[in-house]
Amino acid sequence: MTTASRTSAYAKGSTTAQIILHVFFIAFSLACILPILLIVAISLTNEKTLTLQGYKFWPDHIDASAYQYLFKHSETLVKAYGVSLTVTLIGTVLAVLLIALYAYPLYRKDFPFKKTFNFYLLITMLFSGGLVPFYLLYVNYLDLKDSLVALILPGLSNAFYIFITRTFFQQTIPEEMIESGKLDGASEWRIFFQLVLPISLPVLATIGLFTTLMYWNDWFNSMLFINDTDKFSLQYVMIQMIRQAEFFKTQLAGSGVALMVQESVPTESLRMAMVVLSIGPILFIYPFFQKYFTKGLTIGAIKG
Amino acid sequence: MNTKLATPHQGRFGRLLHNIVRYRVLLLMLLPTSIIFFINCYIPMFGLFIAFKNINYIDGIMGSPWAGLDNFRFLFATSDALRVTINTVGYNVVFIISGLILSVSLAIAINEVRSKLASKFFQTVMIMPNFLSMVVVSFIVYAFLHPEYGFLVKHILPMFGYSSVNAYMHPNAWPYILWITKMWHSIGIGSVIYLAAITGISEELYEAAVMDGASKWKQITKITLPLLTPIMVILTILNMGGIFRSDFGLFYHVTLDSGALRSTTDVIDTYVYRGLIQLNDLGMSSAANFYQSIVGFFLVIGANALARKLNRDTALF
Repeated sequence: MTTASRTSAYAKGSTTAQIILHVFFIAFSLACILPILLIVAISLTNEKTLTLQGYKFWPDHIDASAYQYLFKHSETLVKAYGVSLTVTLIGTVLAVLLIALYAYPLYRKDFPFKKTFNFYLLITMLFSGGLVPFYLLYVNYLDLKDSLVALILPGLSNAFYIFITRTFFQQTIPEEMIESGKLDGASEWRIFFQLVLPISLPVLATIGLFTTLMYWNDWFNSMLFINDTDKFSLQYVMIQMIRQAEFFKTQLAGSGVALMVQESVPTESLRMAMVVLSIGPILFIYPFFQKYFTKGLTIGAIKG
Repeated sequence: MNTKLATPHQGRFGRLLHNIVRYRVLLLMLLPTSIIFFINCYIPMFGLFIAFKNINYIDGIMGSPWAGLDNFRFLFATSDALRVTINTVGYNVVFIISGLILSVSLAIAINEVRSKLASKFFQTVMIMPNFLSMVVVSFIVYAFLHPEYGFLVKHILPMFGYSSVNAYMHPNAWPYILWITKMWHSIGIGSVIYLAAITGISEELYEAAVMDGASKWKQITKITLPLLTPIMVILTILNMGGIFRSDFGLFYHVTLDSGALRSTTDVIDTYVYRGLIQLNDLGMSSAANFYQSIVGFFLVIGANALARKLNRDTALF
């Protein structure tokens, strides 16, 4: 991440000031983390304890039965995981590739249509048709209701990321490199894939992280376009769960598994266990991107 | 340069053709995304006319009769339009101003943390909330506010003599709850962006200031803040353009779409969504949609013009 501490003259703050700063940031960090830990704690609390004591950070009895239950019975969960994973993987790979492909010609100084295509992007940032026409187009004309395409396609148009990527190219890729590539007889495709992309890792990783998050966390498009329970994304299943306490019971009953165990379904902790399982992958992938994150963001966004 | 290569007798059209052939590979690279933007952004723009139609499913969208301004008349005749406009603008103005102040202060503060390891750790943790979807956030808020089991309701409020409060029935509490939730979710990542800009400020400026005997406070107000202004302005313009749009998830999921809370939590986006999906009232929600798009457009243009007047370089375009 950014090197925030400065050496030399600037850093000569007093020790008391440093202590106050540390205390403040420790408190702030706790405020960021504790609410997430509360969810984890609830997911690990025994259902009976929950109804007696309410939600607590330190459950008296740690109990993994909610997780056991999820893994044993939930077809819904497995399917939703599959949908979210598929959409996120395909979406992210496509989005990053397409963003880089659009940003590259905009960076090329010799490209005569640069202004036209810049303008084409800018308009989309200024003006929007809004939800109603968008919805009608997808459902009535493109016939994408209950199609995974409806979960991927909306996320592929992001003018802001294209501008960030273009700026990154302008800041880091010397014009001469492209020239010498041409002199060596490399085709445009080869220059793009073998010269430009490899040195653009920081910005690609930054955009990649943002798009991964966007696809993984997306519920809006599911809510708009998906009715088929088999195609619910993880986030959408969670929406159902928080709205209808009985969602899990009915889902399980529907699949014929849990009619006899209905009494013992740990509803409260089950919901939170589901939330924990949906956050897990994000916290897991973050370290892989973190190395590049600030570099990509700084060079791409600030110098615009 | 390229134009010189074209033979002299070619006109404008010939030059264009020549360039298209010459740069066909680059144009091909632009093609897929251009098509996607056309589908996702341009076609819906033309759909704005739906607001002026009286849509019925028998005649289809194109065939339905024109309604003139009827949809707008209906929309503005109800008290809904005023309420959702005030809510949308009110929340956004507060979010933009407080978000800016808190993120910048936080960035300046974390820049003063001397230990590199601690600074990195704080930054990593601060970004975490931003990685969570609004659905997850709605569960977190719920875990605190659940009328029977919620952490606040069960363990904290009793200390102050309150028993069992159902926050999901009290609209007046929600401006505060939503503000806290929004700030929790967004100021960490906001401050990292400003921090990146601060790190880009030349060290020599501070060294010179220290030589002149400038205090820490002077350094912040005379060097850091002025140099951060351009990016503060750009980000604020972008946000101002969105004053008529809101974080749908925040207002829809975190409130559990509770009908009892609408007086203080309903915004244009949730109104349009409900009109479209739940009530199937296409006319009214298209009119609200149109209103949102047009005002939003003028807001971006206006904010940008203002920025340009203040300082030519800080404007977005």
